[in-house]
Amino acid sequence: MTVLQTLVDAVALGLLYALVAMGIGLVFGVMRLVNFAHGELLTAGAYALLLTNDMPLAVGLAACFGAVVALALAMEVVYRPLRTTTPTTMLVTTFAVSFLLQAVALLAFGARGRNVGVLSELNRAVSIGDLRVRWVTLVSIGVGALLLTATALVLARTDVGLQMRAAAMDATTAQLLGVRASTVIRFAFLLAAVVAAAATVLLTVQRPLVTPSYGFQLVIPALVGVVVGGLDRLVSATLGGFAIGFATAVLGDVLPADGRVFLDTALFLLVILVLLVRPGGLFGRTRAAWERV
Amino acid sequence: MRRLAELSGLVAPVLLLALVGVVGTFTSRSVQFQFRFALVMAAIVIALYVFVGSSGVVSFGHVSFVAVGGFAAGLTTVPEALKLSLSPDLFPVIASAEVGNAASLAIAAAVGGVFALIVGVPLMRLSGLSAGIATFAVLVITNNVLRNWEAIGPGARTLSLVPETTSFLQATVGVIAVAALAFLYQRSRWGRVLRASSDDPAAAQGAGVDIYRQRLLAFALSGALAGFAGGLLVHLLGSITTQQVYLDLAFLTLAMLVIGGFRSLWGAVVGALLVSGINSLLLTAERGLDLGIGEVTVPTGTRLVTLGAVMALILLFRPTGVTGGRELTLR
Repeated sequence: MTVLQTLVDAVALGLLYALVAMGIGLVFGVMRLVNFAHGELLTAGAYALLLTNDMPLAVGLAACFGAVVALALAMEVVYRPLRTTTPTTMLVTTFAVSFLLQAVALLAFGARGRNVGVLSELNRAVSIGDLRVRWVTLVSIGVGALLLTATALVLARTDVGLQMRAAAMDATTAQLLGVRASTVIRFAFLLAAVVAAAATVLLTVQRPLVTPSYGFQLVIPALVGVVVGGLDRLVSATLGGFAIGFATAVLGDVLPADGRVFLDTALFLLVILVLLVRPGGLFGRTRAAWERV
Repeated sequence: MRRLAELSGLVAPVLLLALVGVVGTFTSRSVQFQFRFALVMAAIVIALYVFVGSSGVVSFGHVSFVAVGGFAAGLTTVPEALKLSLSPDLFPVIASAEVGNAASLAIAAAVGGVFALIVGVPLMRLSGLSAGIATFAVLVITNNVLRNWEAIGPGARTLSLVPETTSFLQATVGVIAVAALAFLYQRSRWGRVLRASSDDPAAAQGAGVDIYRQRLLAFALSGALAGFAGGLLVHLLGSITTQQVYLDLAFLTLAMLVIGGFRSLWGAVVGALLVSGINSLLLTAERGLDLGIGEVTVPTGTRLVTLGAVMALILLFRPTGVTGGRELTLR
C-alpha cells in the first residue's frame, strides 16, 4: 500500500512541475528563449491571491489570472530585443529580469512569508483503504490533464496553434510563408500565462507560504526537467517536468532516513546521467549535435 | 609591432585592475572592503570567462570550483582545534593540515582544477543547454555535499576565523595573475583552436580539432583559476558558508560576464568591475551619498531593484555587452 501512496504523491508533484515546465516549453518553442522569469509569473499570481484573501473566491481567481497574464504580456514586450541575440545573452537577460522582479516583490511585500488561504479546504484527505489522498491531488490530476489536453487541442486544431508549431519547427520558413512572429510569440506567452495561473492556484493550496522567491524555487527544478525531457518539443519538455517531480517524490521516499539530506545529490546525479546518455533529452527525438551558432 | 599591438590586449585589463587596487587604498575603511571585494569578483569572472568565452558554452558550475577552493583554503589555514570543534568528524588529514597563506591559495587552485578535470571528463561531451544544465547539476551536488558531509568541512555551519590575508596587495596581484593566465591561454594555440571551434564546430572538426579535449583543457584551467579566486575570497571575508558560494553568486558572476561582453578578457574585467561598482554605489547611497550638492539618500531595498533594472537594461540594449565582446587594443 505504501508503494501506491508513494506513486500517488509522486504523480501529484510531477503534475505540478509538468504545468510549470509546459509554460517554459511553450515560450521556448516559438522563441528559442528559456524564460527564467517564468517563476515570477507564479509569484505574481500567488501575491494576487494573497491580496484578495478576504474577498470572494471568484475575485481572487480573476485577480490571479489577470496579474499573471498582464505580467506575461509585459514580459513579451520586454523580451522583443532579444529575438536576434545569442542563447547565452537570452538566458542571462531573463535571469536579470527574474532578479529584478524578485527585488520588486521584496520591496513591496517584504522578505517574510505570508499565507494564502484560498481553497485550503482542498488539503483535506480522503481515505481509500489505507491510501490517503488529499483532494488537491485529485484536483491537480484533473486540472493538469485538462490543461494539457486543451493546450494540445489548441496547438493541433486552431490556426494560431498551427502557426505556433510551424514557427517552433522552422521560424524563418514560417515567417517567409506569412506567419507573423509577433502574433505567434504573444499567443505563446498568453497560453503560458494561463497555464501558469492555473498552476499557481493549485500550488498555493499545497504550499501556502508565499515569499518573493516563491516561483523561482519552483522554476529551477522545472527548468532542469525541461532540458532533461527535451526542449525541442512541447510534449517532451512537459514530460521532463513531470519526470523531475516524480523522481523527486520517489527518491524522497526510497532514500534511507539518514541519507535523505543527500536527495538533491541523488536527483542531480540522475540528471547528469540522463543528459550523458541522451543529450537531446529523455523524450527527445534527436540527439543533440554540436551547436552551430 | 603586430605582436606589441596584440599584447596591448593584456595591458588595458591589467591597468584597470591596478588602478582599482591603487585608488581603493585611498578610500575609507568600509569602502576599501568594497574595492577588494570587486577585485576578487573580477578574479572569479575572469576564471569563468576562460571557459565560457572560449567555448561559447554557458557554465553555472564554476561557483562550485570557487566553493571547493574557498573551503580548501579556509580549512588549511584555520587551527586544528577550532576545526574539530566545528566538525568533530573531519578527516584527520584535513583536520591536521595547516599551511600559510600562499600555500593555501595554491591548494585552492589545485583542488579547483582537479575537481573541474574530474567533472569535465564526462560533462565536456555535452553541448549547448544540456551542458549548461549539467554544470548546474554539479553546482547543486557540490553545495548539497559540502553542506551535509561533515567529514570534509564544517557542513551547514560557518567556517570562521580564517586569516584575513587578502589585502589590497594580495587582491590586486592575485586578480592580475588570473588575468595574465587567461590572456596567455587565449593567445595560445589551444585557446585559439577552441575559440575557432565555438565559432564553427563543424569546420573545426573538419580541420581535425578534438573539441572535447580542448573544452576539457579550458574547463580544468578555468576551474583551477576559480578555485584560486575562491581562496582569495575566503581570505577576504574571514569566514564562509556554503550558501555564500551558491546560486546567487553563480548567477551574479554569469551576469557580470555577459554584461561586460563574454567574448573578451576586457569584457570580463569591465563587467565585473562595473556591476560591483554600481552595487557599491547603491549600498553607499542607501546610507546617504554626498554628491557635493547635498546628500542623496535612496530608500532601503531599492538597491536590488535598481541593480536588477540596470543589468536587464544593459543586456536588452547591449546584448553583446558593454565592450561588445572586443579587446581594448591599439589596433
